[in-house]
Amino acid sequence: MTKTQALESSAELEIEERVRKVELLISNLLRLGVILSLTLIVFGTVVTFVQHPEYLSERSFFGRSSAPRGAILNSLSDVGAGLRAFKGDAIVTLGILLLIATPVIRVGVSIFAFIYQRDRLYTLITAIVFCLLLLSFVLGKVE
Amino acid sequence: MTLLQFDLSVLSISVLAGLLGSLLGLGGGIIIIPFLTLLFKIDIRYAIGASIVSVIATSSGAAAAYVKERMTNLRVAMVLELATSAGALTGAYLAGHLSVRWLYIIFGIVMGYSALIMFRKRHESATDISVSAPWADYLRLHSSYYDEASGEEIIYRVARTRVGLGLMYIAGVVSGLLGIGSGALKVPAMDLAMRLPIKVSTATSNFMIGVTAAASAGVYFARGDIDPFVAAPVATGVLIGAILGSRLLGRLQSTTIRFVFVVVLLWVSGQMLLKGLRG
Repeated sequence: MTKTQALESSAELEIEERVRKVELLISNLLRLGVILSLTLIVFGTVVTFVQHPEYLSERSFFGRSSAPRGAILNSLSDVGAGLRAFKGDAIVTLGILLLIATPVIRVGVSIFAFIYQRDRLYTLITAIVFCLLLLSFVLGKVE
Repeated sequence: MTLLQFDLSVLSISVLAGLLGSLLGLGGGIIIIPFLTLLFKIDIRYAIGASIVSVIATSSGAAAAYVKERMTNLRVAMVLELATSAGALTGAYLAGHLSVRWLYIIFGIVMGYSALIMFRKRHESATDISVSAPWADYLRLHSSYYDEASGEEIIYRVARTRVGLGLMYIAGVVSGLLGIGSGALKVPAMDLAMRLPIKVSTATSNFMIGVTAAASAGVYFARGDIDPFVAAPVATGVLIGAILGSRLLGRLQSTTIRFVFVVVLLWVSGQMLLKGLRG
């Protein structure tokens, strides 16, 4: 093996190691996000039942989900207000929002992962995907 | 039915949806929506809102394991996601200008046909190393994964990247227009056109559907379509199912996964045809 070849393969090994490190980091990050949102959703449901024990036996409550109504939290400020009042549905919604955010965060983190791997092409591709994601967020709101 | 009874029954169905969805790279909406609307008489708005959450839960619940085991091909996912996102934006733009009825019929037939081809090729293992693939070479898409079922490192090459991109664009348009069926089109495209191993196809589709669903989830939330009391048992059950499913995928035989996928694909195709024919 010539000197340059040896250098090349050690550089390749280093990149391989970096890729593996990043993969494990992303995997742990995803696991953390999922566990956190699962905990919030289950905890919020328990809080709902503790605050409204009648939901355990009352049949009429369930009927409200079979017809559209206006009481659903649909903005971050509503969720914030509900959280300060320690309401079950606000805690559940926070968990769901965190769950929705995990794929977005994953793409965002991947941009930095490709930068760390010194992979220009994929840094660019991932950044474009991230922008398209944000674009559909914005375009959707206009509708 | 009380809320507790509803929670427990939806939870158990959702575990099943998460398990199946994570193994096959589908969102689970095809299972969740009919159950919520037909059995529990939930309004379609909240059923769709819950199914968007279920797609993300399937994707994120399984992702940790699939990334760690290198089952997801991140490069393939990112390159194809370019086409899917562009397609989804086109679909959202076209919505209202096209007859959705015919789309249901066309894609019902397309899915039924892909199911038949996949069934015929069910015993074939991928990895046709001889194919030349300049695009995949340039984009460094070829990769490998450790297959637990056979105990071997499977090295595979990716073929026909441009065809894959085209199909993903169409899959994006369709899911933007119909709101369903994106996973059911992505997996056959990766499996049949790009020749990825079936496990890599489902794991990679699993990642992509989560990203696509997250892009539209903000809209559903702002519209008030995500009812926490409907979405909570769905998300909990699907997450549990997806975590279990992601541990299972490596151990299952590829032939088994293909077979189950074909059955589910036929079911989706039948549902789409029915929707189209009923108008």
